[in-house]
Order: sequence, then structure tokens, then C-alpha cells
Amino acid sequence: MPDAGASTMRADIVVVGAGPAGIAAAVAASGAGRTVVVLDASPRPGGQVWRHRDRASLPSVARMWLDRLDRSGATVLCGAQVVDAGPGARIGAEYQGRALKVEAQAVILATGAQELLLPFPGWTLPGVLGVGGAQALLKAGMDVRGKRVAVAGTGPLLLPVAAALAKAGADLRMVAEQAPPEDVRRFAVSLWRTPRRLLQGVAYRASFLSVRYRWGTWVRRVAEMGGELIVTYTTGRSSWAEPVDLLCTAAGLVPSTELARLVGCEVREGQVVVDGRQQTTVPSYYAAGEPTGDTGMEAALVEGTIAGLEAAGRGSGEAGKLKAERAAHRRFAARAAAAFRLRPELRERVEPDTIVCRCEDVPMSAIRHGWSGRQAKLATRAGMGSCQGRTCGAALEYLVGMARDTVRTPLAPTSIGVLADLASHLDESQGAS
Amino acid sequence: MPGTVRILVNGRSCDVPADVSLAAALLNAGHAAFRRSVAGEPRGPVCGMGTCHECRVTIDGVMGRRACLEPVREGMQVVLDA
Ligand SMILES: Cc1cc2nc3c(=O)[nH]c(=O)nc-3n(C[C@H](O)[C@H](O)[C@H](O)COP(=O)(O)OP(=O)(O)OC[C@H]3O[C@@H](n4cnc5c(N)ncnc54)[C@H](O)[C@@H]3O)c2cc1C
Ligand code: FES
Repeated sequence: MPDAGASTMRADIVVVGAGPAGIAAAVAASGAGRTVVVLDASPRPGGQVWRHRDRASLPSVARMWLDRLDRSGATVLCGAQVVDAGPGARIGAEYQGRALKVEAQAVILATGAQELLLPFPGWTLPGVLGVGGAQALLKAGMDVRGKRVAVAGTGPLLLPVAAALAKAGADLRMVAEQAPPEDVRRFAVSLWRTPRRLLQGVAYRASFLSVRYRWGTWVRRVAEMGGELIVTYTTGRSSWAEPVDLLCTAAGLVPSTELARLVGCEVREGQVVVDGRQQTTVPSYYAAGEPTGDTGMEAALVEGTIAGLEAAGRGSGEAGKLKAERAAHRRFAARAAAAFRLRPELRERVEPDTIVCRCEDVPMSAIRHGWSGRQAKLATRAGMGSCQGRTCGAALEYLVGMARDTVRTPLAPTSIGVLADLASHLDESQGAS
Repeated sequence: MPGTVRILVNGRSCDVPADVSLAAALLNAGHAAFRRSVAGEPRGPVCGMGTCHECRVTIDGVMGRRACLEPVREGMQVVLDA
């Protein structure tokens, strides 16, 4: 067993992220007899889909996997923010205010996805949340009872979030899907191949039947007036404004690839490149779940299991069967991506004085087309702030095709003391530099 | 039901359920803005998962902590810069 008290731990395998992918990876690798350490920045395991306060409130599949994780013998450290990683499977984290170094034989990156938050006039106002962001805050105890709420975004996440808000007592005023009605309809029809998903969608919709659910509708701008948010919606042909207390809006999910990029894994079209064994292009680094671009909880469980078995050197038997399942999930992900591709009008919402980098308050007018992420940083400080370009980097990549700057440590702000402790650890593996 | 804990927000005490995140507790207490941006605009949480850094507050004297990643704790002293 790794020693959970020390600031240096050793294990065969370290898993970053305790969502479905990370949980499945840890369970598989432990089951194959390996010592496993799981690190997650959140207070409890479960990732996005199984974020919870009270485990009893979760669906049975979630409880089953969390119980398996408990029994697996893996050491699970929640509240551990990974801030650095280096070659040779070394991970640096901040845990309980101190540096934590983990040395392993293999690393499984199960870091999930983040929302694509695109700038538009008013998007920085308090009360404007992400779609998944609203879901995450709700699961963490946000009270929405009686609040007028609008949900505007895209893709399969809209319906569960709208349903959850309605169930939590929100006065849901609007659910807007940006994709055109033809595309959504074609996607819905294609769900006959996966009847379970179809039924789930119908059930979500049934839970907010009295609420308008519009396809081909998006938010053009939002303004604050007398404590209310005045949201202007548009269909491209007509526009109208309505007041709400909370606006939940995003442009879908994008893989979280910071850690993968930091260690030098190849990332293509925003997705970590993996082979059939879930191995990245960097030796001893594997990736599973959202980072590889295969969306959803079921795909994450399958990929996590494959990665766990492969990293443990037991890939040949069981992993073979799982690969067929993975292929089915990939086909579904591809259909969803095609149906919910972002309409060009979302790009045109940004105005010269719209803030694009929220950490440094850089307006769009300061950004030149053709700049790289590095050039934008040097000239305007965009991407230099606390979040290190996580929000504006993804947005500018989409808006103007700006290439992302290289990732730097620490991945999240931490104290000088933690940094100094970690630097020596990673330098040992990188040689003097 | 979980018990409650008492936290201090800008010096004022506030009883909140023991199992919520600090971000949720602050929102529920009526704080929509948690910080001021470099240009002085009010900002509040967006992503709820540690990515956007808009929920930064000072906790027990440590600046720049993300409230969405912090469970509430008895006696926690929180300073909002908004
Ligand atoms: C905000 C949000 C809300 C969502 N809500 C839902 C929902 O309600 N229902 C649904 O079906 N799908 C939801 N999704 C989609 C979700 O991505 C998938 O359903 C599923 O959770 C993916 O599993 P995963 O294991 O790949 O990643 P995740 O479940 O995202 O797990 C990744 C984990 O890695 C951790 N992590 C990442 N980087 C680090 C680091 N550097 N250090 C330490 N820990 C790290 C995160 O804290 C997280 O717990 C949501 C997505 C987002 C972004
Ligand atoms: S709400 Fe985005 S980091 Fe906390």
C-alpha cells in the first residue's frame, strides 16, 4: 500500500481524475493487483456526472461504481489538485495545503471535460453561469427555488440540466438549443439505435413539459437592469428580450487537455490522441474518458476500464471485448458532434468591447487576427491570469482559430512553498534544466 | 439532514448546511459577486468545477482560493472582494 501520510507516495499507477473514467481505471488496475493512487481536485469522487453531497441520492450505477472504488484498495485523495507532471510518471499535486509527489510506473489521465464558454455581450455578469456549471453548483447545494432560470446551450447535456433545475424548484423560463431543428430532429431519430438514450431524453423532457424548449435559438446578449438579467434571445430572424435571475449558457463541452499537453502528449483537434490501448503518444501516460473526445459516462467507464487493464499489463483478455463497446460509443459521439455543431452566428456575437479574457479583462478589440496564443499573451496579457487561459484559450481557438500557447506549471495557482517542494521532485526526473 | 456549520463572510457569521460547497453557500446567502475583476467589474462563479477561477475568495487569510472546490468548514473565515 502507498503511504497516505507522507508527502511522497509511490504506487504502480496514478490516476488523475475520479470521474467515471478514473474510477473504472482505478478499479480495473487494482483488480489486476496493482497499487493505485487516485487524485481529484473535487471534495468527493464521482466527477461531473456523479457529483454529489449525499451518496444515497445517486442513481444505482453511480453507487455501484463508488462502492467498487471503496473496496478496490486504491488510495483515493480528494481535494488533491494536480499542478505538475513530468516524464517517468511523476505527478505533483497540492493536497491539504502541502506539496504531494507521486511516483508511479504509469499515469492515467482521466481529467474530464470543461465547458466551452464563448464571449458575448454581458457574459461576465454575475448570475450568468455555464450549463454544466449550473448543474455542478446545484449538486454542490446551490438553492434555485423560485428563481427565474433560462438554459441556453447545445447538445445532450441541456436536457438533464433543465430537468435537474426544474426538479430543484427553479422557475424555468426557457430551454434553448442553438442547433437547427433539422439537425436535432435527425439526431433524435438516430437514437432508435440506442433506445435507452431515447427513453432517457423523453423522460428528461417530460420533467419540464410546461417550459418552452426551442431549437435553433440562442442568446445574443444579456444586460443587468435593476437586479434582473435581461436576456436577448434570437433565432436569427427574430429577437426578443426576457428577464431572468439566472442564465445558464455554454457552447457544449471541450476535453480538458492541460495536463496531457503539459507532459507533451499529442493533442489533435482538441482531443488527446490515444491508440487502441488508450496509451497517449508519451510513454507510460494513458488517457480515458472525455479527454479523448469520447463523450459521456458510459464511454468513460469503458475507456477507463481498458486504460486500467492496459496500464496494469492485463490488456489482452477482458479489454478485447470492451473495445467493441468503445467503438459503439465513438459512433454515438460522432453523431452527436455532427448534430450539435456550433452555428457560425455564435462567433459573431462578440463585440469590440466584449471581454474575452476574464482574468485580465482583455477586450476583443485588443486581439489581432493571426496571433498565436503566445503573441496574445505577450501583447495583451490574455491568458496570463489565474486560470492560465483555460477559458479564453478555448474561446479564442474557436472564435479566431488562435493556436493555444504551451501549458505552464503550476496548472492551478498554489503557494510558493508547494511550488518549491514540487520543483525539486520534477527536476530529478528531467535532469538539470 | 446534515447539520449546519458557522462560517464568517466579511466578518458576519452565517449558518450554512455542512455539506455544501463554499460557492453554493455564498450564492445562497445572496452574494452573486465574489470578487472584482482587474478593471473593477463584479464577478461570480461560472463553471462550478474549478476551471474559470471567477469564484476566487480569500479563505482564512489565503487569497485566490476557488470557492467551488472548497467544502464549508466550521469557523471558516471568508473575505469577498466585491
Ligand atoms: C460542468 C459539467 C457538468 C456536467 N454534468 C453532467 C451531468 O449532470 N450529467 C451527465 O450525464 N454528464 C454531465 N457532464 C458530462 C460529463 O463530462 C460526463 O458525463 C462524464 O462525467 C465524463 O466522465 P469523465 O470521467 O471522463 O470526466 P469527469 O467526470 O469530468 O471527471 C474528471 C475529474 O478529473 C478531475 N480533474 C481534472 N483535472 C484535474 C487536476 N489537474 N487535478 C485533479 N483533479 C483533476 C476533476 O475534478 C473531475 O472530478 C458534465 C460536464 C461538465 C463539464
Ligand atoms: S466557479 Fe469556476 S472555478 Fe469556481
